[in-house]
Amino acid sequence: MSLRVLILAGGISHERDVSLKSGRRVADALIDAGAEVEIREPDGDLIGHLIASRPDVVWSTLHGAVGEDGTIQSLLELAGIPFVGSDGAAATLAWNKPTAKTILRRHGIQTPDSISLPRATFRELNAESVLAMVGTQLGFPLIVKPAESGSAQGVTKVENASGFAKAMVDAFVYCDTVLIEKFVSGTELAISVVDLGFGPRTLPAVEVEVETGSFGYNERYSPGETTYYVPARLTPGVAERASEVALTAHTALRLRHLSRIDLIVDHEGTPWFLEANVTPGMTETSLFPQAVLADGSDLAESYLAIAQAALRS
Amino acid sequence: MTQTRSSSVTNFDSWKHAYAARAANLSVSEVRALFSVVSRPEVVSLAGGMPDVSALDGALIEEAFNSMMASRRNYALQYGGGQGDLRLREQIQEIMLLDGVQGSVDDIMITTGSQHALELLADLFLDAGDVVMVEAPSYVGAVGIFRHKEAHIEHVFTDEDGISPEALAEAADRMTAAGKKVKLLYLVPNFANPSGVTLSAERRQQVLQVCKERGILIIEDNPYGLLYFENQPPKALRAFDSEGVVYLGSFSKILSPGLRVGYVLAPPAIRDKLILANESAILSPATFAQMLVSEYLSISDWKGQIDRYRNLYREKRDAALEALEQYLPRVQTTKPNGGFFLWLTLPQGLNSKEMLPLAVTELVAYTPGTAFYGDGRGANNIRVCYSHPTAENVKVGIKRLSKVINLQLDLLDTFRAE
Repeated sequence: MSLRVLILAGGISHERDVSLKSGRRVADALIDAGAEVEIREPDGDLIGHLIASRPDVVWSTLHGAVGEDGTIQSLLELAGIPFVGSDGAAATLAWNKPTAKTILRRHGIQTPDSISLPRATFRELNAESVLAMVGTQLGFPLIVKPAESGSAQGVTKVENASGFAKAMVDAFVYCDTVLIEKFVSGTELAISVVDLGFGPRTLPAVEVEVETGSFGYNERYSPGETTYYVPARLTPGVAERASEVALTAHTALRLRHLSRIDLIVDHEGTPWFLEANVTPGMTETSLFPQAVLADGSDLAESYLAIAQAALRS
Repeated sequence: MTQTRSSSVTNFDSWKHAYAARAANLSVSEVRALFSVVSRPEVVSLAGGMPDVSALDGALIEEAFNSMMASRRNYALQYGGGQGDLRLREQIQEIMLLDGVQGSVDDIMITTGSQHALELLADLFLDAGDVVMVEAPSYVGAVGIFRHKEAHIEHVFTDEDGISPEALAEAADRMTAAGKKVKLLYLVPNFANPSGVTLSAERRQQVLQVCKERGILIIEDNPYGLLYFENQPPKALRAFDSEGVVYLGSFSKILSPGLRVGYVLAPPAIRDKLILANESAILSPATFAQMLVSEYLSISDWKGQIDRYRNLYREKRDAALEALEQYLPRVQTTKPNGGFFLWLTLPQGLNSKEMLPLAVTELVAYTPGTAFYGDGRGANNIRVCYSHPTAENVKVGIKRLSKVINLQLDLLDTFRAE
């Protein structure tokens, strides 16, 4: 009997469009592999539908909060329905970028110096002096981003103090806490990790080269805007170090089945952890499917294997 | 770093080298992606300019469909002529008369919505760098077409009486003096999209004169003229000049946009070229949709339906203005006498595009003002479309919008950033 997979896609997040595209791509691959697939939006009827239909596996491609902050995962755990991806507790930690960075730093992983500040801080303290102090201590350029968000929405590279306040406003429209991170110059990498129940392993690193210099929303989702090298153009030693960092990140954050770890490799060859994605994008230009294909695998077989691993979990 | 084994390289577009230069104007955007949430029922959308088709009597459409299939089935399912169905063109004559427009049935051509007519006209007249004059702000769909044709879009000062004839003359002369070819004036004179303003009767004559003197062809786009609330708008510009005005009409707002039936009334020389261009682009407008519209006009009290729409949209406009007064007293708004739209001017420093993610979080959507300019203006404006949500939801949406604006004002105040 074929595997019955319910794919969750859409939602009300800022990344709804990406999620719908990801969901359809995963569905296409699973159908090719012979699975019985239903795509569904999270809505008021979802819980009742899950309990009534009891799919073999749920695969959520919901991006943004609810999809990635552990909410949907915790509900599925409670309902006793197997699902692809990390459990609720792990997703919650990984989704919050400052928390993930703190955990990984304790595991000896290098991650750019940073500070995360909630909106309320700026109301209570003088915003100008807070930003001046942060700018002086961390040093420009800085990356300003929402502490919890995806698809590079609300992310700005700040070259000097003059653009700092504007970047903060742009990030706060996505999230009430903002992460201000020291910019590391180097090669941008995405390393996907897959665990089919026999231990995590990394797929070939994808190197991102952007003409505009910034891997923003348009560069991520417009075909032709970004050049990808797979595997990344790294020396064997550096590639191995980057792979180890990705594996450590996946393991330390207790992630499951699949993840995508974003890194920067600086000019000395040191990999720096940026963020972990528990629900990596699966669109036609996304990094995870590129890595699967570069690994010599077929999307249909690979996604089915991931869904089957979830069933066994 | 050196490459140790061969990497595959991709940018996911094998044809990037082959696109025409104008294709560079076509790219995805975060704003477009954010609009994806509009389809969720939790979100009150004040964004898309959609009619409330739930107010349309479905039984009438069914009856028209059945009548069409009974009497004209083979015709409806067949290719048609490039100019469109004769009977429908005769019926359009009657509709245009309501706006004071008289035109020969031979000079009418059916299009796939009036957007298609605009595309054909832009293609006929605009070379790269040619000037098209538009209102400030102007319809986003027109701005998109003109930008795609690589035209120079010149926004002309517009106030509550519509486009300023003096500013129009000044801008046209300035462009000409700069060596540019000023080809077209594109106008939505009645309850304009997005501003909601109506060009006064006096200014209509002045605009006609300015354009006539300078050899500028006027494209008069009139989808909302019959949807007035208090007073009927002045006669169409086309009523006074059959040679200098191309008139666009549509069934999208008075019947249904799903049918995609619009029309263009043009001077004979332009009409001939339009028909050839139409045939070249699509062979013929959809016969099936034309027949359905034609049957609907034949068997129904379509004027009564327009009255129902007018009453409905008046109620929604009132709800929007009332909510704005209650929740957003600091925001300036136009007060349209018809159509679908309000144009809001926000407190200084607010950027409507940048605060859109916050709006999505608060479950309300709107169109940022920058969409209605080809030159980057409009950051301080919002188009509110009240036509589609219920009157109650219009109020809910504006209440949510007020929260968004206040949050953003607070944020800007905190960071003193603009």
